Amino acid sequence: MSELGIVYALLGAAAAVLLAGTGSAIGVGIAGQAASGVVTEDPSKFAKVLIMQLLPGTQGIYGLLVGFITLSKIGLLGGGAADIDVKTGLMILAACLPIGIVGLLSAISQGKTSAAAIGIVAKKPEQFGKAMLFPAMVETYAILALLISILAVTAIQV
Amino acid sequence: MAKNQYTYAVARIRAMEVSLFSQAVIDQLLACKDEKQCISLLQEKGWGNADTPADAEAILTCEREKTWKEVKGLVDDMSVFDVVSYPDLFHNLKAAIKVAATGEESSDIFISDTKIPAEEMLEIVKNKEFSRLPDYMANAAEEAYEALLHTHDGQLCDIIIDRAALLAIYAAGRKAKDAIIRDYAESTVAVADIKIAVRSQKTAKSLEFMKRAMAECDSISVDALCKAALNGMDAIQEYLEGTAYKGGAEALRESTSAFECWCDNRIIETIKPQLYNPFTIGPIVAYVLARENEIKTVRIILTGKQNAFPDDSIRERVREMYV
Repeated sequence: MSELGIVYALLGAAAAVLLAGTGSAIGVGIAGQAASGVVTEDPSKFAKVLIMQLLPGTQGIYGLLVGFITLSKIGLLGGGAADIDVKTGLMILAACLPIGIVGLLSAISQGKTSAAAIGIVAKKPEQFGKAMLFPAMVETYAILALLISILAVTAIQV
Repeated sequence: MAKNQYTYAVARIRAMEVSLFSQAVIDQLLACKDEKQCISLLQEKGWGNADTPADAEAILTCEREKTWKEVKGLVDDMSVFDVVSYPDLFHNLKAAIKVAATGEESSDIFISDTKIPAEEMLEIVKNKEFSRLPDYMANAAEEAYEALLHTHDGQLCDIIIDRAALLAIYAAGRKAKDAIIRDYAESTVAVADIKIAVRSQKTAKSLEFMKRAMAECDSISVDALCKAALNGMDAIQEYLEGTAYKGGAEALRESTSAFECWCDNRIIETIKPQLYNPFTIGPIVAYVLARENEIKTVRIILTGKQNAFPDDSIRERVREMYV
C-alpha cells in the first residue's frame, strides 16, 4: 500500500499543472480573440493588447511552480522517489489543490475581464493603466491560492 | 465555448466604434455653410470610397454598403439581423408592387443588397408568384397588390405592407435569443404604433384605418392607443404618460419634429446598454443600428443644407448619437 503515497503526491503535482495550465490556456485564448479583433482594425495597439492577453497566463506559471516544488519534495527530480505513505501523499495532493482549482477558475475569469478591458483600450487607449487594473484584480486570488499551496507543500514532512 | 464566439467580433466592433460620429462631429457638420462643405468634411472623415462621386446620395449609399460588408465578415449567421433588415426588404416589396401595378419602371426606388434581390422581388410580384415569398410576406404582398390594383389607393397598399413588416419584426424579435433583438423589436413596433396614432389623429383617420395599420405588442395596447387617437392629441399624451414611452408625450407637447426625433432616440436608448456587453451579438447589432442612425442623421443635415433650412430647425431634427 505504501506505493500509493507517491501516486497521490504525483497526482497533486499533475493537478496543479493541469488545472492551472488549462485555465490559463482558456483565459489567454479568450483575451487573444479580443486582441485579434482590435489589431485587425488598429495594428498600432498591438503592444497594449498583447500585455492584456498575457495577464491570464500567470496561473499556468503558478501551477508549474507548485508542480515543480512538489516533484522536488517527493524526490522525483533527483532521480530517487521518496518513500511516502498514503497519508502524506494525500496531504500533498490536498496542498496542490488550491492553485489547481483557483488557478483554473481565476484564469478563465481573468481572460473574460481582459477581453472586456481590451474593449477599453480599443476605444480609449489613453486609459490603458486603468483598463489593466480590472483583470489584475482577479490575479489577487490566484496569488493567495499559490501562497497556500507553496506553504502547505513545503510544510509537509516527507 | 460557443458563448465566446463573438469575442473577436465585439473587440473589432469596439475599435470600429471609434470612427462613429460623436456629437462634436455632428456639430461640425451643422456648422458647415452649405452641402458642398458638408460633403468635403464627410470625405475628410473617410466617408465614401476613392471612386465615390462627391454626391450626397452616393456617399450615404456607399457607407451603408460598407457597414453591411463589415458585419457580414464578422457574423456567420446573418439571421440575427433580420429585425434590422426587414424594413428594407418590405420597402422593396412595396416598390415592386407599385412598379408592377402602375407599369412604370424605375430602378432607383429599390434598396440594393437585400435578402431577396430587387429584380427577383419584381419578377415574383409581376408573375403573381407570391408563394415564392417567405411566409411573413406572402399574404400581405398578395393583399396589398390586389388592393392597389382594385382601389388604386397607394396608402392602403402601404399600410398593409408596413403592418406586415412590423409583425415580421416582432415575430423575429420574439424568436431571438438575444435580449437586444427582443428589445429592439418591441421598441420598433411600439414606436411605429405611436407614430401611426399621432399621424392618424392629425389627419382624422378612422378607427378601422388605425387598427389596420397598427401591430400588437406587449408594451402598447393598440385598442387603447386607437381610442386615445380618436379623442385627440391630449388623450394620446395622457395614454403615453402611463406607458414606458412617456418621453414621447413630452416630445409631442414640444413639436412634431421633436416627436419624430424622440422616436429614433428611443431606439438608440434601447441599444445603449449594449455598449458595455463584451461577449454577445448585442454590440454588433447595436453598431449596425448606430450606423443606420448616423447615416440618417447625416442625411437630415445634408437635406437641410441643400434646402437652406435654418440651423436651428436642422438641429431640432438631429438624432442622438450612440457614442
